[in-house]
Amino acid sequence: MSIRLQTEPFDPGREANAFLAETSGAGAAVTFTGLVRSDPSDPVNALTLECYPELATSQLTTIHAQAIARFGLLRATIIHRYGRLLPKEPIVQVMTLAPHRQAAFAGAEFLMDYLKTDAPFWKNEATPEGSRWVEHNIADDKAKTRWE
Amino acid sequence: MKILYFAWLRERLNRGEEEVSPPAEVQTVGQLIGWLRSRDEAADLAMQKPEIIKAAIDAKIVKHDAMIAGAKVVALFPPMTGG
Repeated sequence: MSIRLQTEPFDPGREANAFLAETSGAGAAVTFTGLVRSDPSDPVNALTLECYPELATSQLTTIHAQAIARFGLLRATIIHRYGRLLPKEPIVQVMTLAPHRQAAFAGAEFLMDYLKTDAPFWKNEATPEGSRWVEHNIADDKAKTRWE
Repeated sequence: MKILYFAWLRERLNRGEEEVSPPAEVQTVGQLIGWLRSRDEAADLAMQKPEIIKAAIDAKIVKHDAMIAGAKVVALFPPMTGG
């Protein structure tokens, strides 16, 4: 499955190895893993991702197809978790396979930039002071506009 | 039609979904947001900056000028923070 939405944890290394099991025609593979960050000066006890699964599936399907077509990727996989996550746990993993490295890197960046702004997930951080919704980052909008 | 709310919008309204029957003159998503605000103080406060509210009709993202005729599910939510 090239798109997976799940609450269960995943093993980034195992996913990367599975992705690399079939690489006909490829000269480059890129893996990006996004983690739950807990800064010691501003600790987070847990991160809960709310999700609208029906919309997430359609948005991820669209973004995935765009990345394949635009960068000539041989394959791409998106894994995105939702629910309650703990610091250091993987949230998201994007993997791309291409004949050359430029397309593999660019495809992975494109996928992540669009996931940040166009995929219906909302992060809520549980901190020692209480819970807070993560604010949408304007820099993420700017990162996306470079592809437009 | 069913309205879905997510994230802080859901929290501030204290509900994740509701069934509504807007009058015929409510034709677009923007007008729907205005109508929802007009009937409920919590909704009025939660959507006091309607321009930042995102919307989807039947699991497809739309702009505020999208027509709601025939929609089964309209989702309203804050800017997304995935990835």
